Amino acid sequence: MAISETTRTGLREIADRYPSARSALLPMLHLVQSEENEITVEGINVCAEVLGITPAEVTAVASFYTMYKRRPVGKHHIGICTNTLCGLLGGDAVWDALSAELGVGPNEPTPDGEFFLERIECQAACTHAPVMTVDWEFMDDVTPRGACEVIEKLRRGETVRSTRGPVIRDFDATEHTLAFPLDGLADAPSVDSKMLAGLTIAKQRGMKAP
Amino acid sequence: MITTGLTPVITEHWDAPDLYTLDGYRRFGGYEALASALKQDPDAIIGQVKDSGLRGRGGAGFPTGLKWSFVPQNDGKQHYLVVNADESEPGACKDIPIMMADPHVLVEGVIIASYAIRANHAFIYIRGEVPNAIRKVAFAVEQAKAAGLIGKNILGSGFDLDVVVHSGAGAYICGEETALLDSLEGYRGQPRLKPPFPAVAGLYASPTVINNVETIANIPFIIGRGVEWFRQFGTEKSPGFKVWAVSGHVNNPGLFEAPLGITMRELLDYAGGVRGGGEVKFWLPGGSSVPMLTAEHLDLPLTYEAMAEAGTMLGTGTPMIFDSTVSVVKAVTRWLEFYKHESCGKCTPCREGTYWITGVLEKFEHGHGTATEMDTLVNLCGQIAGRSFCALGDAAATPYPAALKFFRQEFTDATHTPVDGTFDPVASYVFAPAVAR
Ligand SMILES: Cc1cc2nc3c(=O)[nH]c(=O)nc-3n(C[C@H](O)[C@H](O)[C@H](O)COP(=O)(O)O)c2cc1C
Ligand code: SF4
Ligand code: FES
Repeated sequence: MAISETTRTGLREIADRYPSARSALLPMLHLVQSEENEITVEGINVCAEVLGITPAEVTAVASFYTMYKRRPVGKHHIGICTNTLCGLLGGDAVWDALSAELGVGPNEPTPDGEFFLERIECQAACTHAPVMTVDWEFMDDVTPRGACEVIEKLRRGETVRSTRGPVIRDFDATEHTLAFPLDGLADAPSVDSKMLAGLTIAKQRGMKAP
Repeated sequence: MITTGLTPVITEHWDAPDLYTLDGYRRFGGYEALASALKQDPDAIIGQVKDSGLRGRGGAGFPTGLKWSFVPQNDGKQHYLVVNADESEPGACKDIPIMMADPHVLVEGVIIASYAIRANHAFIYIRGEVPNAIRKVAFAVEQAKAAGLIGKNILGSGFDLDVVVHSGAGAYICGEETALLDSLEGYRGQPRLKPPFPAVAGLYASPTVINNVETIANIPFIIGRGVEWFRQFGTEKSPGFKVWAVSGHVNNPGLFEAPLGITMRELLDYAGGVRGGGEVKFWLPGGSSVPMLTAEHLDLPLTYEAMAEAGTMLGTGTPMIFDSTVSVVKAVTRWLEFYKHESCGKCTPCREGTYWITGVLEKFEHGHGTATEMDTLVNLCGQIAGRSFCALGDAAATPYPAALKFFRQEFTDATHTPVDGTFDPVASYVFAPAVAR
């Protein structure tokens, strides 16, 4: 696929945000990924061209960060946190169930291009363990059965809402958000009862800060 | 015994559905501290933060005002403020919630902090894996710009500030402040040699302050309500309040805001106690990088000083609780797999050491460890701790010795029996077996 003119303009816009253009490289690579579904050679070349550095320098950066993929991800990225806390509280079972359901292992796309499965590290959501992400949006407190149901709904094209975030779009759309975060979805409900656990008790018991 | 009460300050209005908007935030007095700050001399702001005794909430607990005062003034150089919103420490889960619930408190803190250190550019570096925090903060920044709170001549003060929300791309090491700077400059995120410290030569080789999200979220309250008010909370050496995130085998996991100095037993009580009326087997006060403690430590005050005295650290102040169903061998092995995966490869002790420790621990997990290897691991950890280029290496050398200190027998058992044989993994799941398939 060729990098479109819109994306090229977007890349230059991102570069303009920073006092030094090279600082833009990470979000630029997210924008490349939003169009290409992976980091392609052409994407690397265009970033290099915009920033006036070599493709080798861009490659060195792209290969360092786990969110940049060297093969097409497909429609939905599915992450299962298997770091200690989530894994032991049930993330391991969620992983087994999804891996069996989709018939793929870690960092593998399904043959139909619908899902890409990844064991992910701690998502800063341990209070909501076990944690799953769909296109990097939170699916908190997941069970093996619940995770498989999410997959089925996505397969059927039904609406799936993040437990703390917006309606699920697709991987490319999230990558676009990472490059251009003003995506009009900031009003998605993002505070849940666990985030309010202390406040709720404080209100019930009449506790306040002085 | 008087129990420590909850004191919602940062989290006080999180149940207001529109808190993330400028109007919502302003309804509760938002941006009033900024208005007051801009009428004062920047040095006076630094002075108040110093006097408040606020310590960094990113893990190391460094005094914030002192850090700000290291920035050379009137040096004719650009200064930068960088917010560390990379929150990737296993167990840490408070910065991302703060940004999702109340992004404007961070933005207000950023503007005040930038004014104090005389920075005209601020960056908020948010880990890329959490788009929902990124969009909330970006939205808040945009609203603040539209309202003249960011930009040229803010509130007629003559102070100019640009704020950029930056997405990371998945690398725990980018939470280390100098690796973060390299990453923010568009390179691989690998730590830099210190000195020079960022306060002297940081972003673009210019004076830079790097602070954690929760640290910056404290600033509007300190400036708005005063040093004396702030010091009512906590202890002399650990003043203030903290957004404690309690996770693991508790009935009511979540966020609880209370003064520093609250005990784990009190927090545990707010979190509904250990599930099924069980016992705490081990717990970590703030992330996987701090040594674990056991049930005998539940009554210690959660302060920087008391945790240090107990041989651990307060870290991020986000306790993880594990009950008796959990194999400590398995827990430690999984953490080491994390450090191995996240080692940036720059220095040999960490790059090779995490590889070796993990390999040996995996043998134990499968019941194939040996008594000799229990000592080999101690030795290996000793070779890494203090000999690595950055604190990630030290962190990787932490879980095993701490676990061995309290649970030697479990490692001995793992020389002949796989841990899944001794500890049924299903028993530590938080859901019923019925939904486990
Ligand atoms: C491997 C590693 C990861 C870190 N990750 C974070 C992080 O995600 N967020 C953070 O605020 N500090 C993190 N730190 C600590 C930072 O280096 C730095 O001390 C902190 O951002 C300073 O802010 P504070 O003084 O406000 O706490 C990390 C340190 C190391 C060694
Ligand atoms: S200690 Fe580990 S993470 Fe830190 S510089 Fe060395 S290899 Fe990189
Ligand atoms: S361990 Fe899974 S979110 Fe922290």
